[in-house]
Amino acid sequence: MIEPGSFVALLGPSGCGKSTLLRFISGLETPASGSIAISSDAGEAQSNARTKLAFVFQDAQLLPWRSVLDNVALPLELQGASRAQARERARAPLAEVELSDVHERFPDQLSGGMRMRVSIARALVTEPSMLLLDEPFAALDELTRQRLDERLRKLWQARRMTVIFVTHALAEAAFLAERALVMSRRPGRIVLDHALQLPEERALDLRTNLDFVAQTALLYRALQQHGALDDAAQSA
Amino acid sequence: MKPSTLREVLRAALPPAFTFVLAIVLWEGAVRAFAVPRFLVPPPSDVLLTAWLERATLAGALLTTAQGAGLGFLLSASLGTSLGLVFSLSRWLERGLYPYALFLQTVPIVAVAPLLVLWFGPGLRAVAVSAFIVSVFPIIANTLAGLRSVDPRLSDLFRLYGASLADTLLKLRLPTAIPSMMTGLKVASGLSVIGAIVGEFVAGFSEGNAGLGITVLSAYRQLRTDLLFAAVLLASLLGLLLFALVSGLSTLLLRRLRAPG
Repeated sequence: MIEPGSFVALLGPSGCGKSTLLRFISGLETPASGSIAISSDAGEAQSNARTKLAFVFQDAQLLPWRSVLDNVALPLELQGASRAQARERARAPLAEVELSDVHERFPDQLSGGMRMRVSIARALVTEPSMLLLDEPFAALDELTRQRLDERLRKLWQARRMTVIFVTHALAEAAFLAERALVMSRRPGRIVLDHALQLPEERALDLRTNLDFVAQTALLYRALQQHGALDDAAQSA
Repeated sequence: MKPSTLREVLRAALPPAFTFVLAIVLWEGAVRAFAVPRFLVPPPSDVLLTAWLERATLAGALLTTAQGAGLGFLLSASLGTSLGLVFSLSRWLERGLYPYALFLQTVPIVAVAPLLVLWFGPGLRAVAVSAFIVSVFPIIANTLAGLRSVDPRLSDLFRLYGASLADTLLKLRLPTAIPSMMTGLKVASGLSVIGAIVGEFVAGFSEGNAGLGITVLSAYRQLRTDLLFAAVLLASLLGLLLFALVSGLSTLLLRRLRAPG
């Protein structure tokens, strides 16, 4: 059960099914057994609720032949908006990730971090009530990643959509989320469901705070206990 | 043109130009030194002189062949990309038809050329169909491969937003496929000239419009090897020209799509 408007981090070793779970939630794949129920505020049908859902992939996954603005406008176009209308509405989310000044550039003219911000703006353009992120910043350097974490946290505070963030970085999970779910290695089960005891306002230097370190350690022990960290030992 | 680009052009053009001049000089010298009979290997100066003297015939032949090859190429470009598209939309159609498309590639064109004359009559039409048969397969195969090379996560993105079939095709699959399609078209451009010449060998006589293939045949029968060389050279140049046209178009298009290559 995930509360509407909450920020949940999903942690676990590779291959435990974190990404698959996201694909089930998004409806891209159907589980062989069991079910996923999504209720929207207005009590609409599930298929309708899913249209208010957005997905951010591991790489930015932009279309190289489209400008930044046109990439952000794409979801609206696909949902039937006219090109001009879609472009107009794409300006606001682009401003939110502070990329208005490069809206005419193409993805190959941007840094990895900027591309990821475009990808986030593209996800926000449909004003989703649920945002799914699958290890979005894994390929970026540590500093860029921390800045994006901070930005994402601010976006969530402003919009209060439900966020499910898949990662295998402990500190990232602790920094971002209100609640962390830790999964065990195959078969993937949730072995820890922990509400993070950290302040609402989180600045970059939170990572040096002792409370923060304690919370991260708690997640670390959960991963360790359930054999998540001895991948190398098992495969050797 | 900026000096740096001029230097780049020179750097690219000088080595092949040098080899060309060297080969011509060696050829001329060898033919003269060993007194090789002209009907076996004519010296380049003879070929050049004949080309000039027969310029009217050769220009007419070049134009005729260019028509056949060009028409054949346009046929295979339009039908080839359409077929590739159709195959990409349905596994069932692909399984049912692809082997026969492959058959076009493996059929010995010289052997079927007489059939083409029977079906399409001698002249331009049979020649164009011959050019088409020889050049269509690379276009089908590359179009299909390109349309199939879409990143699965981008497909997911389109699916997530409920994209229509038309949107997925126009905004994702086709732009992704274009670099590969261009490769197919480039290969096909050279092949279409070969197909046209082969077609002319069998089907080329019609209303006095003889193409380069006919020129080659009649020059051979009269042992006018210098004329034969000139015609073969022109046919190769025609292939190069067509290739350069398609390459230029491809470069422009790929730059617009910001695709590598």
